[in-house]
Amino acid sequence: MAREMMYGEAMAAAIIEEMQRDPDVVFYGQNMAMTPRDPMLKLFGRNRVRIAPISETAEIGIAVGAAITGLRPIVELWMNEFMLVAMDQVVNEAPRLRYMSGGQVKVPLVLKAGFGFAAGWAGQHSNCLYHMMMGCPGLKVVVPSTPADAKGLMAAAIRDDNPVVYLHNYMLTLEQGEVPEGEYVIPLGVADVKRVGADITIVATGWMVKKSLAAAERLAAEGISAEVVDPRTLAPLDVKTIIESVRKTGRLVLVDQAPRHASAAAIIAAEVAEHGFESLRAPIRIVSALDTSIPYSEPLENHVLPNEEKIVETVKAVLFKQAVPPERPVEAYLSCPEVQAQAGAHQDGRRHVQHRGASDVIAPVQQVVRGDEYLDGAPERV
Amino acid sequence: MPTSDDLGSDRLIWMYTQMLRIREFEERVKRTFLEHPGAMRGHTHLGDGAEASIVGALATRHETDLVMPSYRCHGYPIVLGSSPCKMMAELYGRSDGLCRGFGGSMHLADPAHHFPGTSGIIGQSIAHATGAALTAQVKNTGQVVYCFFGDGSTKQGAFFESLNMAAVWKLPVVYVLENNEYQAYTHISLEDANHLAGDPLSKKAAAFSIPGITVDGTDPLQVYDAVLAAADRARAGAGPSLIESKFYRLSAHGNAINVPPAPTQFPEHEAVGVYGKKSEYRQAQAADPIPRFRDELMRKGMLADAEAQRIADTVRCEMDDAVQFALASPPPAPEEATNYVYA
Repeated sequence: MAREMMYGEAMAAAIIEEMQRDPDVVFYGQNMAMTPRDPMLKLFGRNRVRIAPISETAEIGIAVGAAITGLRPIVELWMNEFMLVAMDQVVNEAPRLRYMSGGQVKVPLVLKAGFGFAAGWAGQHSNCLYHMMMGCPGLKVVVPSTPADAKGLMAAAIRDDNPVVYLHNYMLTLEQGEVPEGEYVIPLGVADVKRVGADITIVATGWMVKKSLAAAERLAAEGISAEVVDPRTLAPLDVKTIIESVRKTGRLVLVDQAPRHASAAAIIAAEVAEHGFESLRAPIRIVSALDTSIPYSEPLENHVLPNEEKIVETVKAVLFKQAVPPERPVEAYLSCPEVQAQAGAHQDGRRHVQHRGASDVIAPVQQVVRGDEYLDGAPERV
Repeated sequence: MPTSDDLGSDRLIWMYTQMLRIREFEERVKRTFLEHPGAMRGHTHLGDGAEASIVGALATRHETDLVMPSYRCHGYPIVLGSSPCKMMAELYGRSDGLCRGFGGSMHLADPAHHFPGTSGIIGQSIAHATGAALTAQVKNTGQVVYCFFGDGSTKQGAFFESLNMAAVWKLPVVYVLENNEYQAYTHISLEDANHLAGDPLSKKAAAFSIPGITVDGTDPLQVYDAVLAAADRARAGAGPSLIESKFYRLSAHGNAINVPPAPTQFPEHEAVGVYGKKSEYRQAQAADPIPRFRDELMRKGMLADAEAQRIADTVRCEMDDAVQFALASPPPAPEEATNYVYA
């Protein structure tokens, strides 16, 4: 049985069901469960549902200590930026303790936070910080894009024996969708093909899945068949499903709401370049936010963020090999004062503009791993 | 209410023995840098000088109470029953180490002996200990968590945030602030507002409206009485307390931070090496808690010369075995490095 539900509701449903199932799950955070009328409080009582002061370091650190001693805490952090004031606990405590103890302890906890609030929240409350956490071995990073995924991934995050950063996109909070009732758990590390297509693969997360699906609809009207893949968890990352899709379509566009540099999209692009190069019939392209902070005023914000139009244009450029310039053309890097200064330091200023000869490129390609390690029943990357 | 006056001679001699075991372990660690150069990597922090404080506090424990200190963590598991052989092997990075060679000196963990883990980042384990107390409260286990940290930690946000939350939630935790006067290399007079105002550091407890008391951390019985009262209070559901235990760290902060292949060893204590205060350090040595407690037990007629000698010999043998065990333990297989990333 399934029921229409909002993305926000679906997360809450998972938390309630898991708390009913497992008495070790506790839930706390700032500005929550403040009155006796609170439904969570009514269901589970003050022992398991608590109000925290504005103390992210202690909130997350307490979750770590509680997790290694037998609870499964969920910390409501509201916005992913608030984790930044407690970054030691997120990246240098929670994912380290099991490893440093030689496997003697486990750290089952969920850090729940919203992100990407593109609604005039300006520089410090609109960011997408998943890329900062997906490179922390020991940490899992979950980014649901639909109400059903919001529920199934939350249930999996709570049941997981590792620290999980669960990031929900604020722009999807009111999104309606069919959500399975009762126990519904989506394994972490399994991507989902949100739309099947043949001509090009679009990999997107969070709100960008919705934008990519809308773009795919428009492209379909023009006879272009785009496949939309949502990794759903960025760590562990299901490279296998992405490579399989690229093998089929031969083309890849990545859509990321975060700035381009060191983005999740760039990491996924690198995986495909390394393990799926022989399948590519065109260069990989990334549609991301510009490398700026998020501005307040609407036209500025719109200019910085990726949108349907940019996705459609980029897909067409890849398919028809149009000479649409990338976000930062090579010339932009070359005209960069720092690069020029470096170049000037060398006797040969062309060092940085020289194209590599064909032999330089082809030799490594012949040795390229063909992606088989992701495709032929090799152990799942964790 | 029971106090240290009720401790029998067996228990007092047990306490003295534990103090000696900690000291001998730390001495052997320190000597390793000279006797077996290269056997230990990274940074190692010793608890010599803290023995009376550690043992006085832990002597009040109930069987299942948890202990969570900072990275200066060798002393506690010794008292809790961890194997010194495995501890030393961990410091030597061997496969038989307590953490299989994944943690080292700063990250000892032995949950089977009520020692869930430590953090190498100053102050952060205060939050972890507070979380362990949340587990005890939610599951109603009756446990108290003993949280130890240095004076340097009390300038971290984790300290203030954790103590506030523990007080709000009335968590069963005892915070033992080990004031050894030096945060790493900096003297407390250069960085602590309470100290500068002539106040004890336990005054910080007033910020959270919880009991705060300062004791002589070189006297295990004073520490015992203060921690017992705080643990009883915590167990009764009345929440946390802060105990400032004052003693002097007898070794430098850690072994010298040298880049390999340059050898490393313990430098002179900062009092001498940085600040040139030779008399301060000589005074601290003269107030060494171990001979002081031994003399006290002898004065009370509880410990004879021969018995003291026998205890010292036993402890020396035990820690010598630990060194031999560690040296004999094989290094871990390199490919094990990918274990334990995820549960």
